[in-house]
Amino acid sequence: MLELRDVDAAYGDIRVLSGVTLAVGTGEIVALLGPNGSGKTTLLTSIAGLLRPRGGTIRWEGEDLATVPAHLVVERGLALVPEGRRLFGGMTVEDNLELGAFAPRARRHRAEGFARVYALFPDLRERRRQLVRSLSGGQQQMVAVGRALMTNPRLLMLDEPSLGIAPRLVVSIFAALAEINRAGVGVFLVEQNVQAALTLAHRAYLLESGRIAGQGRAADLLHDPHVRRAYLGPLAVRT
Amino acid sequence: MAVGLTLIFGVMRVVNFAHGDMMVWGMYLAFVLSTRAGIDPYVSFVVCAAALFVLGVAVQRGLVDRILAAPHEMQILLMLGVALVLENTALLAFGPEPARVRSPLARLTWDVGPLYVDVARLVTFGLAIVLTLALSLFLFHTERGRLIRAAADNPYGAMVIGTDVRRVYATAFGIGAACVGAAGALVSPILPFQPPTGLSLSVTSFNIVIIGGMGSLLGAFIGGLLVSVAESLGAVFLRPSLKELFSFSLLILILLLRPAGLFGRRAS
Ligand SMILES: Nc1ncnc2c1ncn2[C@@H]1O[C@H](COP(=O)(O)OP(=O)(O)OP(=O)(O)O)[C@@H](O)[C@H]1O
Ligand SMILES: [Mg+2]
Repeated sequence: MLELRDVDAAYGDIRVLSGVTLAVGTGEIVALLGPNGSGKTTLLTSIAGLLRPRGGTIRWEGEDLATVPAHLVVERGLALVPEGRRLFGGMTVEDNLELGAFAPRARRHRAEGFARVYALFPDLRERRRQLVRSLSGGQQQMVAVGRALMTNPRLLMLDEPSLGIAPRLVVSIFAALAEINRAGVGVFLVEQNVQAALTLAHRAYLLESGRIAGQGRAADLLHDPHVRRAYLGPLAVRT
Repeated sequence: MAVGLTLIFGVMRVVNFAHGDMMVWGMYLAFVLSTRAGIDPYVSFVVCAAALFVLGVAVQRGLVDRILAAPHEMQILLMLGVALVLENTALLAFGPEPARVRSPLARLTWDVGPLYVDVARLVTFGLAIVLTLALSLFLFHTERGRLIRAAADNPYGAMVIGTDVRRVYATAFGIGAACVGAAGALVSPILPFQPPTGLSLSVTSFNIVIIGGMGSLLGAFIGGLLVSVAESLGAVFLRPSLKELFSFSLLILILLLRPAGLFGRRAS
């Protein structure tokens, strides 16, 4: 279980997160929705240990992550699929996946990892010898999810996995997330594709200007007038 | 030598201006080992590589690590500073006179038909090939090597899969320095040297790396061959002091025709 309490984060003098409190239970799918620049990516990088929060606490399975270096956060079972994927473009699909499982704990599960990723994304098995750079955006996103799964996580965090991807592939990636979750892995999903995210998630939080502006069951939020107006309505500004 | 520079630049995007001076240190180390302990440079290059590996890791951990995110001009200043420190300590320790390491091999030549083949050069060349091959094997066929390539390709991506990127950088810088250490020892019987030699060696390495293509090992190796052939031809047909004219003309030609270098990929 992941618990954030009163987390503040900033870049230099620019304050980005103010008093963010939220939780993701074991095996739960939680979505975090918010407009551009509201601090979603900042929140994920803080959890992953890539940015040190200015205040508040981040606990994962009871342990305070404040002093855990980023490379050991992954060893604790928290994996991030970062915004923009950040794959190793000059290497093959197989190399990218294998690198996901280089840390000691993941290495013991490498064979299962490959089997699991290729079962979820059969396309990748066929393309395993291709350079990642030569794949489409959607296929690359599958590699990014696959690489994170290879770390053998108990919580998978994803930063806008649907961004700039063909709708058909968004459907298969979201189906894979549901499948991953059925195996007991928690999912913390940052999205601007609100419809898709709320359909998949159990619960959701709304982040606006670095503050939690609302939360609730996904099914309720999907019908909430404020959410519909701000995130789904015809007047909503979407990029 | 150029292979080491390529590795460091390719992984960290830091241009190591201290490269030639590190090589001179490799040469002096071979010199000391040969004069004090009687170890031939063709044996002691292993020790020189190991010593320079340690120096490289120390420079990376102590200095370069702090400026990876800094603007390029800061990095250049720092590396020039390291170069000056290395050059002047060499001057203090060994004095300004040119030194040369004696190796029994350096006195041998083979007659192959109409040609004289200098055995020392042949051995140096052979070992350079072996070392370049060994480095490629390491980078492409071992897990550590793959991790270094991954961190070079996308450092942030390497971090999110749990890589201790600082440690990978230290290894890469160390290996890059070890390459120059070995190179220094291997050319020490052929090339007389003194502390300021470092600067011209750095310049030659940059020339080679730019011709071959930044970040390509094969490019560094082929670039090295081209530059040395160009310089030998220059020395034969013009005057030895004009040999750099040839290699720099080659550089300008390549930059005009293929700005990314022979084996470089254009940054996208
Ligand atoms: N490295 C940085 N340095 C300074 N400011 C930053 C940095 N990264 C983000 N910011 C600022 O912090 C704020 C929040 O950015 P963040 O990337 O967390 O938002 P986001 O919700 O992920 O946005 P998007 O939907 O565009 O991905 C923005 O105002 C952004 O300009
Ligand atoms: Mg973002």
